Amino acid sequence: MTPLLTLHGVSKSFRGLRAVSNASFGVESNGLVALMGPNGAGKTTLFNLIAGVLRPDGGEIYFDGKRIDAWRPDQVCAAGIARTFQIVKPFAGLTVVDNVVVGALQRAANLKDARTRAEAVLTTLGLSAKRDLPPQTLTLAERKRLEIARALATQPKLLLLDEALAGLRPTECDELVATMRDIHKREGIAILIIEHVMRAVMALAHRVVVLHHGEVIAQGAPAEVVRDRAVIDSYLGEDATL
Amino acid sequence: MNRRGRSLLALLGLLLLVLPSVADNYVLSLATLFLFFAYTGQAWNILMGFAGQLSLGHALYLGIGAYTSAALFSHFGIGPWAGLWLAIALSSLAGVIIGFLALRFSIAGVYFALLTIAFAEFARIGFDHFTWVGGSGGLFLKVLQREQIDLLNLRGTPTVFYYVILTLAAVAFLACSWLMQGRAGYYWQAIRENEEAAQALGINVFRWKMLAVIISAAMTSLAGVFQAFYYNNLFPEQVFNIARSIEIILGPIIGGIGTLFGPIVGAAVLTLLADSATELVAALGWDLPGLKQLIYGVALFLIIVFLPHGIWPRLARTLKVPQ
Repeated sequence: MTPLLTLHGVSKSFRGLRAVSNASFGVESNGLVALMGPNGAGKTTLFNLIAGVLRPDGGEIYFDGKRIDAWRPDQVCAAGIARTFQIVKPFAGLTVVDNVVVGALQRAANLKDARTRAEAVLTTLGLSAKRDLPPQTLTLAERKRLEIARALATQPKLLLLDEALAGLRPTECDELVATMRDIHKREGIAILIIEHVMRAVMALAHRVVVLHHGEVIAQGAPAEVVRDRAVIDSYLGEDATL
Repeated sequence: MNRRGRSLLALLGLLLLVLPSVADNYVLSLATLFLFFAYTGQAWNILMGFAGQLSLGHALYLGIGAYTSAALFSHFGIGPWAGLWLAIALSSLAGVIIGFLALRFSIAGVYFALLTIAFAEFARIGFDHFTWVGGSGGLFLKVLQREQIDLLNLRGTPTVFYYVILTLAAVAFLACSWLMQGRAGYYWQAIRENEEAAQALGINVFRWKMLAVIISAAMTSLAGVFQAFYYNNLFPEQVFNIARSIEIILGPIIGGIGTLFGPIVGAAVLTLLADSATELVAALGWDLPGLKQLIYGVALFLIIVFLPHGIWPRLARTLKVPQ
């Protein structure tokens, strides 16, 4: 399978602190990859490097055959990478549907097309009933869904989900995992997900990349990675229940 | 907008259209002032209410428009209809410079506001010494017979000026409602609410902010052209004064920031308020200096305390029309 996203030795430091160090991995064009690691491992920094919010100090990032590591976030989005934020950032002054319309306008020729696209995405994410509400009235689970809906509306080839499941109840978590799998299968969108919830990662990911102190310490199939010595020592612990 | 809203809007339009045939010159001058601030408020609202960038120096664009058109007219006899293009170009350029500095050096929020004040102040001090346009002594336009209507040079009766500013205000209103219903409206609101999320959704924040600055500046400069030919005199201390910038922004703030009707409602309330304060002081016969301003200030204070989101959102609920 051809890689859609490729990172070659990507590094980023903040005042001497190596947040990401020589990280290399890829996401295939139909891949579903989970990025794991303890707090402070550099996962979100890595996301921000891919999404164009930060520029790497070293290394290269390729997407769809183009080098994107010097691009702005809006250019990265236009190229086909959409991301969600760990701390949800809805547009408070706009209704749920209008939040999604903003994303849909990225590829829509006009507002009418964008609305059509937004309605379809809301249906996929199960938010249609909430379309006219201000986002502040949504539950956390719904706001996480809105975050995904907005990103999905930009019609990406790759979706970056930053802890989309964090803080959700187990049932909400399972529902959202099912939705993600649905998006991945039905729309053929590659997904790179930052996730701590092991149960979800095991159920969802084809491949797992584990970061520790900014370095990739293991990658491979989920079942292999959880048996990896380095991963157990640095992150999961001896008696991790899956 | 629902049917109720449309009929109310049509009624307001009709009322404003026939006003000159029923009102005396004093009422007409008040109405002209109201429309002037409704228009400039609308222009400012594009930048602040829609795109979320606080400008406290809109007097700059007003002044550039006024001085450019007035100087062209008095020095070269170039009429305002030709002069306004240069006015638009120059004030847009000023907007581009301020916008570029702000975005290039990430000057945002209150610091952006300070930058806009600084530029208006530069202009005020600069024009004080700019003798080609009269310096601090002021620039005066030749006043012809007020009864003689010369539309080509924007000379004429108060009724003529009333209809000119009414047209400007109406066109600004329609333009803003068109902008708000399109891509620009969505993008500006997204930027206003969360810049980082807006950028992640593919919005070129720099470009859309710049567009808001330029449109706002260009619109405001047209009000400046109007002001020059309506009052026939310009003084840097008045035109570029920060008090002028505040006057421009009070309407939309009182009326409702980010709404289409806010600037209109706010301008109407402020004009009536200022006039009532004057009338009240005169009727009571208390000739105390500053009393008028005090009444005006207290009234503003009460509005802001009791209607922090502006008059229009509350009024819209009462009238049962969408905001």
